[in-house]
Order: sequence, then structure tokens, then C-alpha cells
Amino acid sequence: MSVGDYAIETHGLTKAFGRQKAVDDVDLAVPRGTVFGFLGPNGSGKTTTIRMLLGLAAASSGEIRLLDGGMPKHARTVLPRVGALVEGPAIYPFLSGRANLQRFDAADRHTSPATRNARVDAALERVGLSHAATKRAHAYSLGMKQRLGIANALLAPRDLLILDEPTNGLDPQGTREVRHLIKSLSDDGTTIFVSSHLLAEVEQMCSMIAVMSAGRLVAQGTLDELRSGGTARVRVTTPDFADAHRVLSGLGLTPELHGRDDVITAELSVQGLLPESVNAALVRADVRVRGFEASGASLEDRFVALTGEGFDVAG
Amino acid sequence: MPAESAVASPSRAGGGLGLTLLVSEITVLFRRLRTWAMIGALALIPILIAVVVRVSSDGSASGRGPAFLNSITQNGLFVSLTALTVAIPLFLPLTIGVVAGDTIAGEANLGTLRYLLVAPAGRVRLLLVKYAGAALFCFVATLTVVVTGAIIGALLFPVGPVTLLSGDTVGIPGYFVRLLLLALYVTVSLMGLSAIGLFISTLTTIPVGAMAATAALAAVAQILGALPQLEWLHPWLFTNYWLGFADLLREPIVWNSFADNALLQLGYIAVFGTLAYGRFSTKDILS
Repeated sequence: MSVGDYAIETHGLTKAFGRQKAVDDVDLAVPRGTVFGFLGPNGSGKTTTIRMLLGLAAASSGEIRLLDGGMPKHARTVLPRVGALVEGPAIYPFLSGRANLQRFDAADRHTSPATRNARVDAALERVGLSHAATKRAHAYSLGMKQRLGIANALLAPRDLLILDEPTNGLDPQGTREVRHLIKSLSDDGTTIFVSSHLLAEVEQMCSMIAVMSAGRLVAQGTLDELRSGGTARVRVTTPDFADAHRVLSGLGLTPELHGRDDVITAELSVQGLLPESVNAALVRADVRVRGFEASGASLEDRFVALTGEGFDVAG
Repeated sequence: MPAESAVASPSRAGGGLGLTLLVSEITVLFRRLRTWAMIGALALIPILIAVVVRVSSDGSASGRGPAFLNSITQNGLFVSLTALTVAIPLFLPLTIGVVAGDTIAGEANLGTLRYLLVAPAGRVRLLLVKYAGAALFCFVATLTVVVTGAIIGALLFPVGPVTLLSGDTVGIPGYFVRLLLLALYVTVSLMGLSAIGLFISTLTTIPVGAMAATAALAAVAQILGALPQLEWLHPWLFTNYWLGFADLLREPIVWNSFADNALLQLGYIAVFGTLAYGRFSTKDILS
């Protein structure tokens, strides 16, 4: 792709707080028109990256291109075309939901005051908040605040949406609505950059992802590209346990036992060995196969392999 | 790409000055209960003074108490002057501290600052709008004291032509022009403090801290101004001309103190405005 095909492009983006690097040498490339997942555990530097993309924080080093302009230099021309939800919604509790949006819309000198009310109402409608538009925002639930934050990102036609954890605090119904919203916005041609620590969510919405871990970008590409980085597995259910074990070992695999005498699994760690060949070998050796299951590499395995397991917050 | 064509839509042709943000700022400021509570408290000062004087007005003038206090019984128009004199050292700086200290730190604390900047409001523009909002509050606060004073004074005491400090007498309309000038004078007096508050507000995300620091500085400056040993410092204190409005009550009006005060406040605005700009234009917004 040539320059200009990316909605977001960074080179060597780094943010250091004292000696600690919250973001370390990140090269993001988000093609226009994609729904791009920005995945990583809590504390992996996602939000700090987003703050730098939007010009809220200055990069320690590196370059950022957002749409057609370098950031933060061209913030004035670029940011009106970008809608953002950064680290959760923020509200004036003493104003109504509608007045909150009017306030944020007024901050953008490029928007027209004449169309403000119509645009605010359309944004509220789009996130299903019309019925609570005149209610003071301090009475909003977490999910309603989140919806208001998303509505703020939709106040004007945008070329790029940067949504940091958009489904945070939403119930399953709300999560589904946000997924549909993102899809319909994407169908309109908007590039959408969604950060999340939830793999399942990203997997459902995004065609491309980037994975952050401890401030570094550890993977970037289409979902399929990332999956292919892992290895497939086979799972055999058989009464002829010992024979199956011998056949799998003979193929150069490392059979894994599961405490049952009829189930055996193995990672297809031999280059070029296909699941169907494994099955044929079992049958040739007269192993009675009751069940045979081949699974592709799961993205979850891949994610865990990239970012490490457990609840420890990176840092 | 289809998304590209949406960029130049006519809805983006809005004005460059962005007065809408100023209107929005003023709207938000005056939609807060807190703002009205402060204005209400300021309005209570002349009411309290007038009522107390009225209730105990049988006593002879003792010559003690705030300036102009003893003139009230003869002419209700002096309630405004007395109330201003009482409000200037403490209540007015306190409320200005709240508003100016809240400008940036309040938005940062709510998290709304990041959305204003992403909109994008522009950092310099946001600072200017915030300062303008604080300045307007100074004027409204001062005017509240003056107008409430005039009303309650007229209700409780006889009202008539006022004898000025120069011995000349002006009619009621002339006196109101003086009062308006006085309100302007006090507003200008508070502009330096507002600039200091704005700067302090860019330093923190805790609005209460910025408010307290701003109000405390006003107290410190007045204490320093009361120490004769620091005479050399006095002309440089932003509080130096706070009570120097007497010249506006002469005929003809002596503009010297007004000009000196304006110049001093301009200096404070320049210095602390620059500091606020220096701090805020490069600040990482992490709240």
C-alpha cells in the first residue's frame, strides 16, 4: 500500500514516563475502511497510544499520521474528522445528556451551530438514548454514560472512529447494539479502530487486529494471518488407547493424555502433516476411532502466547 | 474512498472565531448550581449589612466599622459602597478563586477536558474562552453586590442625591453611573487574580486545590500589602489598588488609580497568561 492508504500510521511511536516505557517503538498501520481491533491486556499501553494518536499526550519519539495529516501538528484539520471515545465517557453531571453533547459539539469550531440540535438528536437516537436525552447525566447508569460517550463520537460525519473499550459497562444487549452500530458505520466507509482487552469481542467485530503487550506491538495483521501463526490440534476418541498413542508417536507427534482412557490429543507440530493423514494412519493401524476432531489454532491460544497468561497487569 | 467526500460537507463551514464555545462556556458556568450559590451568597452581603444597620439604626454613628457604614442611615445608596468594601478583601476573591481555579482543573477532573481537546477546541482557544468566562463571572459577581445593595438600600432607607468625597453632590442617575464605574473598577481589579487562578488550574487535576491556592494567594497578597516594612513591594501586589476606588467618587473623576490599576492587572494577565499558555499548550492530558 502507498502512503495515504492508511487511516492511522505510526512509526517508532514511544512514550516514556520517567524510565518506564508505556509505549515502546510501535509501528501501527491501520488500512482505511477496516474495522481494526487493538488488543492487549490492561496496562499494555493501548490507551496511552490512543492519547498520543489524538494529540492529548505528546510522543517521546516517533511519528504519527492520522488520515492525511501528521499529529499533533495538523490536529486542527484532522481531529474534526475523527470521532473518539477515550478511556471511558466523561460527562458534566449537572447537564442533561443532550446539553452534554451540545457542549462537546460547540467545542469543534468546524461544526455548524445551525445543525447542532439535529445532529445531537440523531446521535442520541443512534445509541438509543433519546428517551433519556433531557435527564441529568449524573442519573445515568454506567451503560447510559457509555452510550453517551459513543454518541459524542458520532456528532458529525467522521472518517475515522477511535473507540477505546466501547462495550465497557454495557449489558449483553448493549454490546450487541454496539457491534451492529460499528458494522453499519463501517459499511458507510468509516474506518474504525477499536481497542479492547476482550479477544472474543474483537474477533466478532474486526477484520484486522494488532496486539499490544507491555508497551510493545507484538503482532499485527488479519485475523487469519494471526491464527496461522499458531498450530492446529487433533483430538482422538478411541477404545484402543495404547495403539493410538503408538501411532501418533510414530508420526512424530507428542500425544497428550487427559486422565481418561479413551481420549488423546496432540498438537500437529510436524511441518506439512495434515489432520486427515493422521486419521488415515490410525485407521491403517486398525485403531478403532470413535471420534476424531481437528481444530485450527485458536486465536485465544495465540493471544495468550503473545501476551502471557494470568491476571498480572503488565508493568 | 467514499469517506473522503464527506469531509468537505457544508456543515463544516462553521465560523473560525468559534464564539459558540464562549457561549457554551458561559451557559455551562451559569447552569451550575454552585455558580448561583456563590452569587446568592454575594447578594446576601448588602442585604445583611442593610438589615443590621436598619434594625439598630437608633444608635448614634460610632465611627467604627467598614467605610461608608455610617452614611447608610442618611442615604440608602451607600449600602452598595459599604457592601463592596466588605466583599472585596474576602468574599469576592473567594468566589473568583472557585471559578478561576476550576477552569482547567475542573474539566480535567471530570475528564471532559480530553473530549473538548479532541473535538478539537484548540488549547489556546480553550484557555482564552475559560479566561473570558472567569472575567465575566467577576463582573457578574461585582454587579450582584452593587445592584442588590442599591435595591435593598432603597427599600430600607431614604434615598437622595449623594454627596461625593470631593464635596460635590450628584443626582441619583449620576450616582448610578458612578456605581457602574465602580463595578468595572472592581472587575478589572480581579482580572489579575483570575489569571493567576487560570495558571494554577493548568497545574493540577484537582479543582479544589487550585481554588484554595488561588484564594489563599489573594489573602497572602493582602497581608503583604498591610506590612509597612514591605512598602517597596506594594506597588507590585495585584491587591494594591483593590480598595482604591475612592477617586471614582470625586467630581471630576480622577482616573489615575483606574489607569494604574488597569496597567498592573494587565501585567499580571500577561505574566500568568503566558505561564498558563506555556504549561497548558504542552501538557499531557492523562485524566
